[in-house]
Amino acid sequence: MQQGKAFNRQRVTDFLLHYAMYIILLAILVTVSIIRPNFLALGNILNILKQASTKGILALGCAGLIVLAGTDLSIGRVMGFSAAVTAALVQSVTYKSRYFPGMAQDLPLIVPLLASIVIAVIFSLINGFGVSKLKMHAFIITLGTQLIAFGANCLFIEAQPSGTAQALSTFNQTFKDVAAGDLMLGTVKIPLVVLYFLGLATIMWVVWNKTRLGKNMFAVGGNEEAARVSGVNVVRTIMLVYLIAGVLYGIAGFLEAARIQSVGANTGLGYETDAISACVIGGVSFSGGVGTIQGVVIGAVILQAINFSLNFIGVNPYYQYIIRGLIIVLAVAIDVRKYIVKK
Amino acid sequence: METTQAPLLEMTDIDKAFPGVQALSKARLTLRAGTVHSLMGENGAGKSTLMKCLFGIYKKDAGTIMLEGKKVNFRDPKHALDNGVAMVHQELNQVLRRNVMENIWLGRLPLKRGLVDSDRMYRDTKAIFDDLQMNIDPKAIIGRLSVSSRQMIEIAKAVSFNAKIVVLDEPTSSLTEKEVAHLFEIIRKLTARGVGIIYISHKMDEILKISDEVTIMRDGMWIATRDAGKLTTAEIIRLMVNREMTQRFPPKTNTPGNVALQVKNLCGKYQPTFRDVSFDVRKGEVFGISGLVGSRRTELLNTLFGFYAKESGDIVLHGKPVDNSQPDKATRNGFSLLTEERRATGIFPQGNITFNTIIAHVRAYGKLLLDGKKMNKDTEWVIEALNVKTPTKRTLIRSLSGGNQQKVIIGRWLLTAPEVLLLDEPTRGIDVGAKYEIYSLILKLAEEGKSVIMVSSEMPELIGICDRILVMSNGRMAGILERGKDFGDIPGEQETILTLAAMYV
Repeated sequence: MQQGKAFNRQRVTDFLLHYAMYIILLAILVTVSIIRPNFLALGNILNILKQASTKGILALGCAGLIVLAGTDLSIGRVMGFSAAVTAALVQSVTYKSRYFPGMAQDLPLIVPLLASIVIAVIFSLINGFGVSKLKMHAFIITLGTQLIAFGANCLFIEAQPSGTAQALSTFNQTFKDVAAGDLMLGTVKIPLVVLYFLGLATIMWVVWNKTRLGKNMFAVGGNEEAARVSGVNVVRTIMLVYLIAGVLYGIAGFLEAARIQSVGANTGLGYETDAISACVIGGVSFSGGVGTIQGVVIGAVILQAINFSLNFIGVNPYYQYIIRGLIIVLAVAIDVRKYIVKK
Repeated sequence: METTQAPLLEMTDIDKAFPGVQALSKARLTLRAGTVHSLMGENGAGKSTLMKCLFGIYKKDAGTIMLEGKKVNFRDPKHALDNGVAMVHQELNQVLRRNVMENIWLGRLPLKRGLVDSDRMYRDTKAIFDDLQMNIDPKAIIGRLSVSSRQMIEIAKAVSFNAKIVVLDEPTSSLTEKEVAHLFEIIRKLTARGVGIIYISHKMDEILKISDEVTIMRDGMWIATRDAGKLTTAEIIRLMVNREMTQRFPPKTNTPGNVALQVKNLCGKYQPTFRDVSFDVRKGEVFGISGLVGSRRTELLNTLFGFYAKESGDIVLHGKPVDNSQPDKATRNGFSLLTEERRATGIFPQGNITFNTIIAHVRAYGKLLLDGKKMNKDTEWVIEALNVKTPTKRTLIRSLSGGNQQKVIIGRWLLTAPEVLLLDEPTRGIDVGAKYEIYSLILKLAEEGKSVIMVSSEMPELIGICDRILVMSNGRMAGILERGKDFGDIPGEQETILTLAAMYV
């Protein structure tokens, strides 16, 4: 009898621990919609999803690195550089002070997209090499590369013909339509970026759950030694996960350029915080080996929903920072509890 | 008899030396197909070193390894596995948060159109489990399963590689009787198919039950290989422990006084643990704790020191109950603990001798700024008094030998002037000469009136220096033996200890 009771209590505790973040965040959203019932309008929800998308794509990339028990501080700066390169290549050919004055007609969109991806992949592979081959901690190597990316980006933006370091803007229509357009579904405008996000999330779900790479990634993150003695190529696995992260950062940079319409040296600043927070809220553990793509998607959406709702009910922005900070601390505190070994 | 056929595995004249120790010298082992060959010997006899040489974890210095008549030299465990030689380790190396089937097929996941074929993985796993009559869900998260299930899964993994040779290292240390019976069934199934099993264990009755042949090792050397049917427990023990006992231990000079420490009905809190342990230790006594792997000796010591949580029971020092709920409280109450894993929880490898010496005693060197002169003086005292062989007190501790590292850590605790010294495997991994010095030190501390409680897996050293020995068995007290009555030049003393140790297994 008593054992049954204790067992039940254990199960309740486990349940609460497991879903604590969702319960707390749901409570916040419910509170907001009670204060302001019009919060739940379709327009608001689509807006939240739209804002969550670019950062969500970044989170899809860095989630893999966190599963490998690493992290990535270079996300924001690398994506900023990618966005700047995209911007320079998609400027309207009628715009006088464009980056490439020799460009007489719009490039096919695949060119800026690939350029954006290549830039991000280069940095990601440097990070991956540092982690897998040089055995550096991901924190340190990405701390270094984010500075390098920032410096390179500033030099790139400064090198424009006008001689100033002004933000790159005035993009051609095709780019705006494809990267920041909407899909009309009856009378509802679905932002394309939301569909891109969901599409990439689906692909990543397959990679994580249905490919050898995905399984090996979890094995390396969960117990590198066990993976090694089972014959998993650890270096190759780590490099591939970083490569994929780079591709996702590149795509995010491309889309972000279209969303903000003007790319300067500080584009992307602090985005790593949001991407990492989304992963952590979504249950990707910093101790490695644990996480789901569904969790990352929900984490990204919830994070944006909180930002949006705090704005919506007019909370002082300084308080917003404090609340967001508390949520991250809480998420990790709960996450650690799940795996603690008592002795 | 099929004498013409080459044996499945033949290891001959294997030598392996580590700095300061000859771990193996002319060791040998011959395994025939379809048989179980047990490898026995005390801790440090060289069983695991021999296996590590087989799997390429260590590079052997000399000798040959023949697999089915062909000379082999495996680079690493994976290479051995690809050649049909598998090992199930005592410490299970698994990805705990993933499921059973992924752990089994990791490194060779089956594909279908480029994607992992989970259905096939499930079917194949299930087929192996059914064949071995194992009732485990291939999709269960492995970390949630019991240690015994995880043990079985590792064996199934070896089977999935179609291994010709399976090495089992202490496979039953965490199994119940029923599970052991199941394991033996699996072993018999495998041998019927011609698989050769190398079985490493300390448990005599099991060995005699399951083995065809037994090889006994001592001090890194091959001693004997016998048919299991012709062996008895007494004979195995005689072969295992027979050695010169003279001069291995200093003369006993301590005399126990009044009772200092009383432990009453102590139970650990988190499983697996020990329960209802009670004993007294006198001032100036060396009190030994013996038992097999998994008898929870270390848990007991860690709980006395407040490193592990206690469920119930009392710790009484000089008639007053003490609260040892945290290590810092225990330290203030006059306890100190030398931990089992010197590398993991003993030394600060990046620190020098001085740092490693004073670190448990920092509060004695001043409230705000620390008194460097005093710290140096204390460090010099430790180096002098414990005869630490080091160039300077600024030398990094990791560059010292194991024995000298151990002396520094003992010195660290002596500075705190403890009344009760808890020593967990104080001589593990240190060479014979240094062991003698540690023994002298322990006896000298007892002579000065300290109470020493010492856990050891080496029976001779407990017999050599302890006044009394508590024998633990599977988390329970099996008995307390007394010098002069039960051990100490008493015939059959090791058998007495082993019998008690196996009491609740």
